[in-house]
Amino acid sequence: MIFALELNDIRFAYPGGSEMIFDLSVPAGEIVGLLGASGSGKSTLLHLVAGFEEPQSGMIRIAGDDVTRLDPARRAVSMVFQENNLFHHLSVADNVGLGRSPSLRLTEADRADISKALADVGLAGKEDRRPDALSGGERQRAALARALVRRHPLLLLDEPFASLGPALRTEMVELVRSLQTRTGMTIVFVTHAPEDARALADRIIFLEDGRIAADGPVETFYGPDAPAEFTAYVGRSPFV
Amino acid sequence: MTAPSRATLPGTAALAILAIIVGGAFAGLIAEGARDLPSAFAAFDPYLLRIARFTLWQALLSTVVSVLPAIFVARALSRRPDFPGRRLLLALFAVPLALPAIVAALGVLALLGRAGLVAEPLTALTGARWQGIYGLSGILIAHAFFNLPLATRLLLAALDTVPNDRWRLASQLGFSPWATFRIVEWPVLRAALPSVAGLVFMLCVTSFTIVLILGGGPRATTLEVAIYQALRFDFAPARAVALVAVQIALTLAIVLVLKRAGADLAPDANIGMTARRPSLRGWRAKIADALPILAAMLFVVAPMAAIVIAGLRADLARLAADPAVHAATVTSLKLAALAACFTLALAFCLVRARQRLEARRSGRSPGLLERAMDTGAGFVLVIPPIVVGAGWFILLRHTGNVLNYAAPMVVAVNAVMALPFALRILRPAHDAAAARYDRLSVSLGMSTLDRLRFIDWPLLRRPLATAFAFAMALSLGDLGVIALFGSDAVQTLPYLLLSRMGAYRTEDAAGIALFLALLTLILMLASEWAGRKQA
Repeated sequence: MIFALELNDIRFAYPGGSEMIFDLSVPAGEIVGLLGASGSGKSTLLHLVAGFEEPQSGMIRIAGDDVTRLDPARRAVSMVFQENNLFHHLSVADNVGLGRSPSLRLTEADRADISKALADVGLAGKEDRRPDALSGGERQRAALARALVRRHPLLLLDEPFASLGPALRTEMVELVRSLQTRTGMTIVFVTHAPEDARALADRIIFLEDGRIAADGPVETFYGPDAPAEFTAYVGRSPFV
Repeated sequence: MTAPSRATLPGTAALAILAIIVGGAFAGLIAEGARDLPSAFAAFDPYLLRIARFTLWQALLSTVVSVLPAIFVARALSRRPDFPGRRLLLALFAVPLALPAIVAALGVLALLGRAGLVAEPLTALTGARWQGIYGLSGILIAHAFFNLPLATRLLLAALDTVPNDRWRLASQLGFSPWATFRIVEWPVLRAALPSVAGLVFMLCVTSFTIVLILGGGPRATTLEVAIYQALRFDFAPARAVALVAVQIALTLAIVLVLKRAGADLAPDANIGMTARRPSLRGWRAKIADALPILAAMLFVVAPMAAIVIAGLRADLARLAADPAVHAATVTSLKLAALAACFTLALAFCLVRARQRLEARRSGRSPGLLERAMDTGAGFVLVIPPIVVGAGWFILLRHTGNVLNYAAPMVVAVNAVMALPFALRILRPAHDAAAARYDRLSVSLGMSTLDRLRFIDWPLLRRPLATAFAFAMALSLGDLGVIALFGSDAVQTLPYLLLSRMGAYRTEDAAGIALFLALLTLILMLASEWAGRKQA
């Protein structure tokens, strides 16, 4: 079986830091929530997949292709960060257009795709706005629109809702879910909020000290048989 | 406005002392101008106009040759966060700013002068006798030696403010180097450029020593050098008044224009390096980055090496036994230490009083006194020491031998010159300590003396040491005021250096320059070291 994402015995350490080991595979179309305390390696895992960090050993495959030594630009992934996804001196449409062409040489068809992607995330008619004129939630929507026009099968989200209020988070979770249903993308997202993970993920991977401490379907994590490490991290969750 | 209370009295007194030092100079200038109005007006002749034009022209060119290359060097350094020796190179780039201007000018001459290190090879290469760089080209090279590394560090700091996720995004979207420059790097560079170029331009407009030594004759003279010549050689106070008036008008105009353009002229002594930008791959990009970095390194290292080589060629044993060198060393250290103490006293009083006023108004907008202690004190930076010195020189000449005032003038003016830097270093530490312990010390009923002993001294010891060493180094290397007031009776090391150069004792000058460079570097390192420990 070809997985959308595979990490085979990936070993990585920051200068002076302790070694992290990641071993996992994600089938196509799955939504995986990465949870864990600060410093447990959640963001590092995403950075390794995107190619911002290079592992000391091991292999990373995306849709079956070995990408371990490839430049970030040559990997079939898109990423949305917590902040700083948009360039403030460029319009919303240009920011999304960068996903199609880094030099902004766009065809008519490209422009139509950009408008459609913006409509898909609920930003129709805001093409010419500057990012400063958008709310925090709208900026994250624009970043998602860019991921849509890139048409990569794998989407990485690094705490994409962390700076949003509760109502906006719920909206964004629903938006990501519906985009996934429409496109069939595989999504790996990092979050600090167990309720976001419960609402969005099909599967939870819980990290501790650079290792995968627990891995399973979301129902297990929020049910009576939740892994002990996870319960200790969440505390007495209102969901259990 | 509230009357000065016990808590703000020392600060108000410090402000008054500042006003006397700067105001006295202006009083001297205005009195002289009023006394001999026709002469002062007559001094506004085509010659003065030409000097003013040259002052601006050389500053503009110096800014271009310093800042433009700095953009490429900073970008190359930013693209290579992890090449070996990067930290060392950045430390090296901080050295020119720590060197006295007279030493740097000598280094440029030792390298590129008529008898410089490259004179022989260049003569052999071109077939024509190497004439040495004097005049505009010499001034530009020396200014670039100071300001290219400064501009590089400031622009690199601006590039380091780009959030790491931006670099990651750029690499994921597959930006070409050109697209990265246009979309990510240029916006932050453009935002920083008015400040950086403004600071460099300002430093070059008010640069005295470089122009004095490397500028030659009436064709390459700036206002500050002309002020000095009018007072020391021609003894034409009316002309000096006219020159000072133009210099002040120019500086003020420039400051206003730059403020309009959004420039922040306050200097920053230290810069942090934090970015974790992904390094670029590929040998082509490597070469494209190595070239500007190596070129800048060569440009900065060569004059420094020339200072060392020329200095070691001097008869150091004889210099070490020279009573004039001994006397100048003792005088220099004494005056610099006094100036540094004076700076610290002024700075501490101002910082304390400003913080008191801010705490007392609790959220309302600051009063006149507080603002005077805040931006007003920093403003003295744009008043060149030569101008203050010239004002007092003209005022004091009626009291007999003006050169008798050399020591107090050097101490006072150099102290004021170092004040903005000392404020920058002291204020954050002081205000942080106050925010933390003010209420506690009041509730414990601690007296002012108890506070000084148990709170201020332990917490501010290191910032005070940093500021002291910095102020002392600055004062030690200054040639501005002593050039006006110096004589055989009171000589500092820079003054001795200048007179040995004037007497064509080049080897002696090189030896003294090396010694002076070592002294200031030791002080700067001490300042750095004290500053690092507190962090």
